[in-house]
Formats: sequence, structure tokens, C-alpha cells
Amino acid sequence: MSEVIVVTSGKGGVGKTTTTANLGTGLAKLDKKVVLVDTDIGLRNLDVVLGLENRIVYTIVDVIEGACRPAQAMIKDKKCDGLYLLPAAQTRDKSAVNPDQMRALVEELRKDFDYIILDCPAGIEQGFMNAIAGADRSLIVTTPEVSAVRDADRIIGLLEANNIRDNKLIVNRLNIDMMKHGNMMSADDVVEVLSIDLIGVVPYDEKIVIATNTGTPLAGDGTIVGNAYMNICRRIMGEDVPYENLDEKKGFFAKLGALFSAN
Amino acid sequence: MGLMDFFRKKSTSDIAKDRLKLVLVSDRASCSPEIMERIKNDIIAVLQRYVEIDQQGLDIKITKTESDAETGSTGPALYANIPIKSMRHSD
Repeated sequence: MSEVIVVTSGKGGVGKTTTTANLGTGLAKLDKKVVLVDTDIGLRNLDVVLGLENRIVYTIVDVIEGACRPAQAMIKDKKCDGLYLLPAAQTRDKSAVNPDQMRALVEELRKDFDYIILDCPAGIEQGFMNAIAGADRSLIVTTPEVSAVRDADRIIGLLEANNIRDNKLIVNRLNIDMMKHGNMMSADDVVEVLSIDLIGVVPYDEKIVIATNTGTPLAGDGTIVGNAYMNICRRIMGEDVPYENLDEKKGFFAKLGALFSAN
Repeated sequence: MGLMDFFRKKSTSDIAKDRLKLVLVSDRASCSPEIMERIKNDIIAVLQRYVEIDQQGLDIKITKTESDAETGSTGPALYANIPIKSMRHSD
């Protein structure tokens, strides 16, 4: 049985594309057959994050317009077996595709893949409506900042209004040092504000910038960030993976606080 | 309230959380400015039958309130601060 997952956020620049690339890589490393679909028509980037920008021949718009078959447009990943990219068109815009066409495309892809992961554009306009059209569930990416969390709340409302009920939160770029000093909201804070289930926390790490420079996702490479992505992948597959203890100090004080509160 | 809360100075992350909670209440209520304006005008119309109000100092907004004291859950609330200039006496 295949699943269609849309990775969305509302706000731009919070790490949707990086998350999509890493989850695709991680799921493929867990022996799943995965296709990543870049739905950001006109502003494609998933290809560069994966390091596949030189291999694009056909795009999602060509597939939808019937200029080629899906298999012709899909690019096999360089390193990961079982991982494919369906790139967005760069010279067209969001209006080149409509939600019905997206739904049909996704249904077609279900035949060949375990996971179809849709990288959603920022915003709540047509590109967003296209990306969520065929999705079974969503992953909402946010950073622990006021603007990103506010936009995430709006996105959750829109997903529910469009009958997507399985929505899980990824808190991205958590700066553990700042969080310890009370200068950044924790994942728990964000979860409390949004009242939605968490599926993963990705700490801030310069390695992500370096990985994007070279076009090599980190999932499953043994780094803290790479492990965080692998854990999210396992949770997507339904495994019960315990959360990484990102802040032992706070954990201790939280326990102490709970002790006092109980009395 | 736990003992730890007593000693804790309000951090910027707490401020962020509180501000977010407030802004999301009005976002979620999706109360358009036009509707707020109509609510405001209706309230003024009703009150002016009884009192003379200071329309410059009027403040009406959607905020949040603790709807359930036991669970601490919050819901939206209409907050209105309406300064009265003088009471009207009909007799």
C-alpha cells in the first residue's frame, strides 16, 4: 500500500525542500521505493538539494501535458537505490497545473511507489492547492519562530478544511543552545501552541548548509541531524521511536519542577 | 503554580509563546475587520440608549479567556473597554 505525503509549511525558507530530500533519502535507505515530486513550478529547488540538477530532461508539466510518460521524466538518485525525483518545470508557473491533474498524476505514481512525497511551494495559493490535492497526509515543517509557527497554524486550518486529517509537525532548525537559555521556543512549546502531534525535531546544524552546497542529503549518515531524519522516517512508517534527548539540562530541571508542582 | 514558576523570570521564548497564542486566537476566529466594525457599531447603538460613551477611547478586540478554570483550556473572548462620559437619566 502506498502513501502520498505532502511536505508543507506556509512560510518560505523553513526547510521544506531540505526535509523532503532527507526524508526521501531516509525512506529509500529503509528499503522503500520513493518518488519525490517537486510541485514548486517556476521555482524548483529539490533537484539542486539532491544534486540531480544536471540530469533533468522532462518535468512534471511535460508528464501532465502528456508530452512524456512519468517514467521518462523521473530521475534516479545518484547514491540511493529506490529514490526517484520528478522535477518541477522552471520556465512555467503554478497555473500550468490544476488540482485534478495532480490527483490523477499521484494516482498513477501509487502503482509503482511505496511513498510519494510532494514538496509543496510556500504560500496558500494555487501551488499549495495543487500540492495537497492528492495527499493522504501531511508533514508540516516549522522553525521555532513566531512567524513560521503562525503560518503553520494557518496551513493546518487549510489542510483540515480540505479533508486532510493526518497532519504531523516537524520542528526544524531548533537551536538547542538558545532553547536552553530560554531564547528560543522548544518543540514542546510549539506543539502546545499548535495543538498538533509532533513527528520529529531537527536541531540546527551547519552541516545542513554544507550538505546543500554539495547536493548530498544527510539522512542516515550517522550525524545528529542525519539521525533525526532517520527517526522521522521510521515514525512515518509507523514505528514507535523514542525522542532524542536534545536538552538534558532542561530535562533535569523540568523533572525537578514537576516534583515541586506535584506537591 | 509550581515552585519553579515562582522563581522563573519570563524568558523571550515565553514571550514568543504568549504572543503567538494571542495572535492565533484572532487568526482562528477569522473575524474580519468589517464584522468587528459592525459589532462595534451595534454595541455603541445599544449602550447609547442608556449612557453617553467616549467613542475615541473605545477598544474592542478578540482575545482569549480561560473558559474552563479546572483544565485551564482557553477560548476566544470579545474584549470591550468602553469609557462612559455620563449616565443618561430618562426620568
